Formats: sequence, C-alpha cells, structure tokens
Amino acid sequence: MAKELNINLIPKEKLVFANTGEKIRDQKFEDKPIGYFHDAWNRFCKNKASIVAALIIICIILFAIIVPFFNASGSGTSADTRYMKKTPRNLLLSKIGIATGYETSEYRDTALIQFAAIGIGSREDLLNIPTIGDALAEDDFLQPVKKINDSYSVQQGKNKTLFYDATVDTYLQVGFTYEYVEQSEYAKILAWQEETGIQVLYPMIAENEYNFYYSTSGVSDPNWWYKTNNKGQPVRINQSGNATTIKYNDISEVKLVDNYMRDSEGNLKYWTYSGGGDDTTAMYKVRVLYYNYYRYNHDGREPQFIFGTDSVGYDLAYRMAIGIRLSLILSVCIFAINFILGAIYGSIEGYYGGAADLTMEFISYILSGIPFIVVSTLFQMHLAAKVGPIPSLLFAFVLTGWIGTASLVRTQFYRFKNQEYVMAARTLGARDRRIILKHIFPNTLGTIITSSVLAIPGVIFSESMLSYLGIVNLGGTKTTSLGTLLSDASTIWKSVPHLMLFPAAVISLLMICFNLFGNGLRDAFNPSLRGVEE
Amino acid sequence: MIKYVIKRLILMLIALFCISTICFVMIRLLPMVPPEGVNAAQTKVIEDIWEARGYNKPILVQYGIYLKDIFTEFDFGTSWKIKSTYPVTEVFFPRLIPTILVNLYSLLLAIPLGIAFGIYAAIKKNKWQDHLISTMVMLFVSVPSYVYAFLVQYFLYFKLRWFPDTIYSLADAGGSYLTWKMFYSMIPPILALSFGTVAGLTRFTRAELTETLTQDYMLLARTKGLTRSQATTRHALKNAMVPILPMIISSFIGILSGSMIIEQIFAIPGIGQLYVRAVQQLDYDVFMLDSIFYTFVGLLAGIVVDISYGFIDPRIRMGER
Repeated sequence: MAKELNINLIPKEKLVFANTGEKIRDQKFEDKPIGYFHDAWNRFCKNKASIVAALIIICIILFAIIVPFFNASGSGTSADTRYMKKTPRNLLLSKIGIATGYETSEYRDTALIQFAAIGIGSREDLLNIPTIGDALAEDDFLQPVKKINDSYSVQQGKNKTLFYDATVDTYLQVGFTYEYVEQSEYAKILAWQEETGIQVLYPMIAENEYNFYYSTSGVSDPNWWYKTNNKGQPVRINQSGNATTIKYNDISEVKLVDNYMRDSEGNLKYWTYSGGGDDTTAMYKVRVLYYNYYRYNHDGREPQFIFGTDSVGYDLAYRMAIGIRLSLILSVCIFAINFILGAIYGSIEGYYGGAADLTMEFISYILSGIPFIVVSTLFQMHLAAKVGPIPSLLFAFVLTGWIGTASLVRTQFYRFKNQEYVMAARTLGARDRRIILKHIFPNTLGTIITSSVLAIPGVIFSESMLSYLGIVNLGGTKTTSLGTLLSDASTIWKSVPHLMLFPAAVISLLMICFNLFGNGLRDAFNPSLRGVEE
Repeated sequence: MIKYVIKRLILMLIALFCISTICFVMIRLLPMVPPEGVNAAQTKVIEDIWEARGYNKPILVQYGIYLKDIFTEFDFGTSWKIKSTYPVTEVFFPRLIPTILVNLYSLLLAIPLGIAFGIYAAIKKNKWQDHLISTMVMLFVSVPSYVYAFLVQYFLYFKLRWFPDTIYSLADAGGSYLTWKMFYSMIPPILALSFGTVAGLTRFTRAELTETLTQDYMLLARTKGLTRSQATTRHALKNAMVPILPMIISSFIGILSGSMIIEQIFAIPGIGQLYVRAVQQLDYDVFMLDSIFYTFVGLLAGIVVDISYGFIDPRIRMGER
C-alpha cells in the first residue's frame, strides 16, 4: 500500500453516474451457440478419413440405385447364356487397355483356326476368303483373334502339334449361333440390317461330310462354316473333286474353303425351315453372328459389361447393384429396429432398476447366449417357407441385435438418473416419461447411434457369410445378395477370378468404410474430445 | 471370489439349459425326413427306431428322454444322414481336433505378432510408423476373413503353387493331424485366420499401451532413473496387459468353435463344416449338439473373461458392489 487513495480528494464534478439515460442489457452473442449435435458435426468434419468413407458409401449407394435403372430394359435383368462368365469389357476403357474382354491363353492350332475363321466368316466379302495371316493383318473389329504372341510346336508321339499363345476377344469368340425366328421377325432383321449396315444374318452351312460336327454327331455347329475332315482339320477340294487336308507350318498360311449351303441356282441360303406350319407361317432357322444379333436385340448397343458377367450370364454390375441394395436395406432396417428396441428396453431397465432390471438383464443374457448362426438357421428352417428368406433373416438379426444397444442405453441411464438435474426435474413434478424422454435419453443418443452404425458392417458380413455357406438362400432371378454372388463364384472363381474379385472387393470396401464412418461418429459424439487436436 | 464364480457358473448353466430347451423344441418341431438313397425296407427300420426312441411322443417327453440319455449315457442322439445310425458324439468329437489345431496354430502365430505391432505403434505414437500401422490395422480389421482366404488361396495355391488349395485328408497326411505334412497343408487357413486377429490385437494393444504410457507412474519411473525401455516393459506393459490377457484367454476358448467359413473354403473336416452339412442335410441331432456346443463355448468365454480380470488384476474384487 504505497499510496492510499483518498476519495475526498477527488473533485466532485468527476463523480458522475456512468449510465444515466439508457438501460443496460446483455449483449447478444455474435456467433451462433453450438449445441451438442452441431459440435459433433464440427468434429466429424475435421476427421478426413470419415469424410472420405462417407463419400465412398454415398458413391456405393448411388451405384446401387442407378445401375438397375440403366438395366431396367436392358441386358442385366435377363441371363444371356451365350455371354456367361465373360471378363469385364467396356469399349471406352478398352482403348487404354483395361476392361477389354480379351483373354490371353494357349490354344491348339485347330482351335485358333476356328477362332480366326469366325472373324473371316463374318467379313462382308463372304466368298473372297483371304488366308488367315492376311485376315489377321486386316485389323477387322469382328475378328476374335486379336494378336498372336508366340507359337511353338510340341512333339506328341510321332505327330507334331502346333500351339499358339494368342489374345482372343472372348465376346467375339462366341461367334455364330443358330436362332429360330418367325418370318415377320426375319423381315425385321433384314430391314434393320439395311438401316444400320450391320450384318446379322449369315449363310447357313451345308450339312455334308465336310461339316465336322454334322458328320460326327449329326448336329451342325454354326461356327464350322469351312470345309474340314472328320478330325476338324481344314481341307481343300482339288480339281478331281477330292478333299485333301491342308498342310501348313503356320496357320497364317491357311486359306479356308467355305462350306455354305447353296440352293439349286448356286445362291447362298440364309435360312431353312425349322418345321411346323406351312411355307408362310413356319419358323425360320437362321445363322446369325451373335455379337451383331445382340446389337439388333438391344437397339444397336454392343455387349459391354463393366464388371463382366456372372456364371449364368447376368450382368455382374447389375447383380452387384441389387446385392448391395439388399445388404444396405437390410442394414438400415436392422439399424432402425435395433435402435428403437434397444432404446426402449435399455431405458426401462436403466431407469427403473431393481427387480425389473434384474429380470430384463437375465432375459437379454439368455438371448445373447444363443449363437447368431443357430438363430438364423432355426429362423430359416421355420419361417423361410412362410414369409420368405429375407424377412426371416431380418427377424434373426433383430432377435439378438438390440441387446448391445440396450446395454449401452442402460449404462448411460445408470450414469445420469441420479444426477442433480434429474432430481430437480422430478422435484418440479416431471413424470417418469418426461424425465426419460426429455432429460436422460438425449444423453444416450450419440452412443447408440455410433454403436448402431458400427453394427452395420457386422450385418453385411453375417449376411454374406450365411448366404455363402448356403444356410440362407437369397439368390433368384430378381434378387441376389453379395454373399450369394460369392458362393456362386466359389467353385469356378479360379478360372474366372473377376467373379470373386468384384463382389469381395465391394464387401470389403463397404465394411472398411462403415467402420471408418462409425469411428468418426464415435469421436464426434464424444464431448470429451472437444478441442483436442492430435 | 469363489462365491462369485459359483454364482456365474450357475447362471451360465441356467442360460445353457434355457437355450438348449429352445433349440430342442424348435428342432423337434421340424418334420423328420428319412435319409435319401435308402430303400423302403431300410426306411421302415429307421422309422421303427424313431418310434422306439420316442421321436413320435410329445415334445416335452422327448426332451425328458433326451436329457436322461445325456446324463446317464452321454448320448446326444444319433446321426441319421451324415454318418447314418452312428452316435452323434462319435461323429462330432473327432472333428474337434482339426478345428482346434488350425485355430490354435493361427493364434500362436497371431498373438506375438499382434502384441509386437501394438507395442511398436504405441511407442512410435504419432510418427509415420504408427500412422502406417494404424491404417493397415483399420484395413485388415474391416476386411472379412473369407476375403483373406480367397487371396491366400489365389496367390499361394493358384499362382505360386506353394501350398495345396485345401488341406490334406487324414489318409494323405499319414493318418494323424499332427504330422508335418498336415501342418504344411494347414498353413493357408492359418494365414487366412491370422490377418484379422493380428490387426485386432494390434489395435487393442496400441490403445491400452498408449493410455498407460501417459500415466503419472510412468513419469515417476523415469524420474527415478529408469530408462525408457525399462519403464515401458516393467511398468507400462504390465499394466496394459490387464485388459489384453483376458482377451487372449477368451480367444483361446474361442478356438473351440472355430471359423465356419474358413473351414468350408479350405475343406477342413471340423465342426463348422459339420454344422453346415447338418443344416443342409437336416441331420437334426448333429445340428442340436453343434448348437449346444457353440452356445456353451460362447457362454464359457464370457465367464472366463470376467473371472480372469479378478485373477490378473488384484485391484478388481469380484462380485462386489
């Protein structure tokens, strides 16, 4: 106290009221108040991994919604058995070398000749047949053999066999097929050919001794349009009218000889009667290039499946989309039901405590003791025939799924129910219902949302596991699930890995993203992390 | 303590009884179908056996007979489809061995790795090593185990041809599950099972250890003059182990039930595969025993975890309010 302030020394005129006229009010906050959820949202936005995960989830959801629309009238909804187990193909992406639909493999010479012949036989100039080497050099789009990488001969006994390492377009490799059409349909195809310039119909094949399949099995194969001997080796006819097998050191030297069906005047025949009715009503049997026939059937669109096709010929992208849709719908339903059931059950347990709590805890202890796999199996056995496999799977999930949520809610209620503010509310005359709903339950909301979101990957995993094991059968023409796709692929996937790769990748991606998203939510809803920067 | 253990055990037995009653009733409500591929005379014989065993009596009476057989003769019924007319116990218990072996091997591989990665990540907290490990853990924890199985099968069998795609049959491997050849063919499923376990354990260890590393007693230990590694191993690690050990113990109990989908993919003749076959072929008694077994293992694991806390951490007094 160095210097004491003497009030009396202050001049009187300086002692005036600070505020005389106006009233003093609290100043308004300039920034908005941050509530619990707003705070959580802010914290969630800082977590980049969760944001990315949420975006990926949104993309997958969009994929599941949009793809079926694209396919509504098109390919995916019906199985095309000609194009089954095909690898991914997209004409845009194939320009940069991915999703080409090509397959590089080792072929015998006769097999490769046959593939090359499909390309040669689909050329516009049908009767002027070049050698295979020339045909491959032409760079024809419809030529299945895209590239011959290597050739080598293998000594088998006293014969030498040629083998080729070649890249083949698996979509064009399907080649020609026989189709049975009405005469009116035939006229339509002709008109479409005229209009677009795309050749669909090709001449029929003569059924004689030079037709390999016809001579051995009595059935004509639409791809063997060139003259062969009974071993499938190409032949040529010499001047005396006898067939001699073409000798070659390399298949590019081979010049095939056509074996088309001709009428009495020597013109090519494009159809035959396939029986039934008279001349004007009978069905036609025609030989079509399937690739172009597909375009005819799909308004000129070429067959391209970004994820390939599955084991029965469905578009895999479409099947995956409806599989994802099923998984997500299932997850959302279970999320909602578990949320509601768990919240109600846990609130009652936690709030009333005592005997009610003990009894309810015992019930949930017993229910949680039943292994999920047993529950779902029993539900499938009892209910699948009555209400269908999907609802019974849903029931199985619901039967034990809410227990986790309930116990979380219960713990939170035990924490909050004896706090002063609750007592204050009770003193003011609030009823139990109001205290539960208004005062305690909002405190538990963050926890249970998080736990319910974190349960979603579990649902996706369980669903895929059950349908993979065949305990739940969700497959069908209209529905499928990701697990069913995996189980369909399980026996054949080593030769067609994409059937396993894409569904497995999507499941993994979904589970990773939901886990990241759930973790982000957990951190966001944890107020103790407020302001903590790592 | 003993009182608490006994109380928990009694509670477990009650739960087990309730669940098996529910399962039994649900299963016996399903129609019994005679096995396929037998002639009418054999079907008649089997149906006569069913009649004699009381399969056509009221369900509660059937349950009484079932319980009596279990307690007097340890007879869990008869397999009618998978191994026709053999007692279920003879079908079931031999299959426990491969299940246990595969899971045991994978745990023995996963536990040291998981703990080591976890400790490393915790020590290097917020450095790039930690971020790398944490990211990998996030990926590996989320990806389902069967995806690892496919990857392992594809690369180790299909591409590299190092291992067979499924495990050898008992005859191929020399008549025992403990031969070297059998172990060799079990390596792919062991690997497939390990990825997830390693990741889970790493995450858990890291979380616990980072928490203990920031405790005050660690500071005290350092001020006393312990080096960082001494303080970490003697003080932090011991305390971090308190929640980790029960988890490991429970996973050792979990090896009894194994992984159904891994057994299916690698054709391991274990109880998971038996369960799937029992469901597909509707072999009810096998299904029943399998269900009881899974329930039992699950309940037991829960109890052992709770009790082991009391043994490991002297601060926790069991059964006190």
